[in-house]
Amino acid sequence: MKMTTIVPAAALALFVGPVVAQAQQQTVKIGFISTFSGPPAAIGNDMKNAFELGLDHHGRKLGGLPVEVIYEDDQLKPEVGVQKTQKLIESDHVDFVVGYIWSNVLLASLKPLVDSKTMTIVTNAGASQLAGEQCSPYVFSTSWNNDQTPASLGLYMNQKGVKTVFLLGPNYAAGKDMLAGVQSTFTGQIVGQELTRWPDQIDFSAELSKAREAKPDAIFAFYPGGIGAQFVTQYAQAGLKGHIPLYTAFIIDDLSLPRLKDLAVGIASAQEWVSDLPNAANQKFVADYKAKYSSSPSFYGAQTYDAVALLDTAVTAVKGDLSDKEGMRKEMEKADFASVRGGFKFGNNHIPIQNFYLDEAVKNADGSYALRTVTTIVKDDQDKFHDKCPMK
Amino acid sequence: MLYFIEQFLNGIQLGMLLFLLAAGLTLIFGIMDLVNLAHGSLYMIGAYFAASFAQLTDSFVLGAILAVLATFAVGIVLEVVAIRRLYARSHLDHVLGTFGLLLFFNELVRLIWGPAGMTLSLPSEMLNAVEILPGLFYPVYRLVIIGVTLAVAGLLYGLVMGTRLGMLIRAGASNREMVGALGVNIKVLYTLIFGLGAALAGFAGLMQAPILTVQIGMGENILIAAFVVVTIGGIGSIRGAFVAALLVGLVDTVGRAFVPDLLRVYLSASASASLGRSLSSMMIYLVMALVLIVRPEGLFPAASK
Repeated sequence: MKMTTIVPAAALALFVGPVVAQAQQQTVKIGFISTFSGPPAAIGNDMKNAFELGLDHHGRKLGGLPVEVIYEDDQLKPEVGVQKTQKLIESDHVDFVVGYIWSNVLLASLKPLVDSKTMTIVTNAGASQLAGEQCSPYVFSTSWNNDQTPASLGLYMNQKGVKTVFLLGPNYAAGKDMLAGVQSTFTGQIVGQELTRWPDQIDFSAELSKAREAKPDAIFAFYPGGIGAQFVTQYAQAGLKGHIPLYTAFIIDDLSLPRLKDLAVGIASAQEWVSDLPNAANQKFVADYKAKYSSSPSFYGAQTYDAVALLDTAVTAVKGDLSDKEGMRKEMEKADFASVRGGFKFGNNHIPIQNFYLDEAVKNADGSYALRTVTTIVKDDQDKFHDKCPMK
Repeated sequence: MLYFIEQFLNGIQLGMLLFLLAAGLTLIFGIMDLVNLAHGSLYMIGAYFAASFAQLTDSFVLGAILAVLATFAVGIVLEVVAIRRLYARSHLDHVLGTFGLLLFFNELVRLIWGPAGMTLSLPSEMLNAVEILPGLFYPVYRLVIIGVTLAVAGLLYGLVMGTRLGMLIRAGASNREMVGALGVNIKVLYTLIFGLGAALAGFAGLMQAPILTVQIGMGENILIAAFVVVTIGGIGSIRGAFVAALLVGLVDTVGRAFVPDLLRVYLSASASASLGRSLSSMMIYLVMALVLIVRPEGLFPAASK
């Protein structure tokens, strides 16, 4: 039933595509899915800003073709995300889909993307299924697999001599991946863990009391978006700061830092990108972003900025023939562009193989706050799920 | 034992927030017979006002006072402009009308303050924990919430039981027509009660803002819990709202803290974790169902109608 609808459509696309390319000046149509409402809109806007800046840096053209971007809001809801994805594919007929912050939204949207063979660049969500059995020739990621960041924090806690840890995270796809990530590398004992209701639970008093009661050497937490800032505030209010060190994934970033200020100083985080990474592409990105938007870009923005360069290599390689998906795929697999994180390779599952850094908030002389790279925790790290991906 | 006391305090503190929200709701529901879904919007507006005024005045306390006054004013205007037209209509119309207001306020806040939400920072002396018993640390601000809400509850009790306005409120809860027939200006009374309810909701919103959130739609989840409190406590009863809020706060927190551990005695770790989570989020509704079976009017029904 499905095949009968897809095959003629694909055949038609193959047949019509090149004709259109020759007949007229084509545009590259990009659908961009992120969250533009509620508190996570801060993330969505950062991604959109970085994407627009990337397009500016490419003269608003990809591979020489003008660009049209359609931004859609997933409202943090998987059911809305899949509906917007289908709209982009079926009624807007986009050539590429870019974005996705949330693992659960991505997983819901993956089927229409893969079924329609829409070239997709995921710029944040790192669901382990995407790296493993649900990998697709048409889907690339400029971020990571969920468990890589917490796994590198697990390694760092080993280095720091942490023997016991209490884990906290939200109860959805990414939360489970994150906690499993710490467990995969941490050699000490996990004395307790709590998965809290997502996204509506915002009071962590009962869970923080539990963590205190367990008397661990450290607490690990994962709370993305604005909720992370609330978590750190409540952690500090509970008097835990200075008693039980906090190791975080996706809590302290350039978006939460202006809100947290002193509360964030001294809390360890890991990331694959930090704004002070010393490479030319990154320095240009950070400086121009600050000049254009008067705020600092976050890793969400950095990953999305990289997507523009990746798209440019794809469209250039096929000389604007956007129906040549094989050609675009082969070119994108090379990751042949200057990434702001200083270069990476794609694994067989189209997830980056890259370094992870430990970063920490510092207060500058002028009273502002910034994240600084402390050390490289792990080099050329590849996710553990790539074996399960049938692509070789 | 200390851990138990700490979780108990967490429950009390949640109960206090719920009371502030439910007190206004129960007044409006009980006396004016109005189902007000926009109550959560007033809670949201209180938090936004407090965050803005605290930024302007550089003082948390001053910001809070101004925010309560401003939310009171918004409540009065709202009653005169829109709510007044709903009294004579059915409950379904109330639900439709106030749901529309809820959507309206969400969009209004988005227009004025933007979609990203705000932060209300605490003075640094409240940003820590104190040792209330040897070995038991508790966040100062959460103690402040408990203390201030108890004071507000006391004031409210004094107002309702000891003043002429309170007498009219109680009379209105028992028999509205008679109060009107005795020559009391019911219109003004209703406007004042709605303003009072709004101020209480705004106060609840601003008290939770430093630890929880200031964002669009923040009142919608907690409003459900507040309706549970009103139902358990008995519609129109402040005393009932107080007792029920404490009950719901404790049940919810204790459920989150202890149910998964209790289940672990009988079940595997993963089964107890997932079952425990679902069970603990159901607990307050189970309690409501139980109360409704035993006392359909709620624990402290306002004098019979």
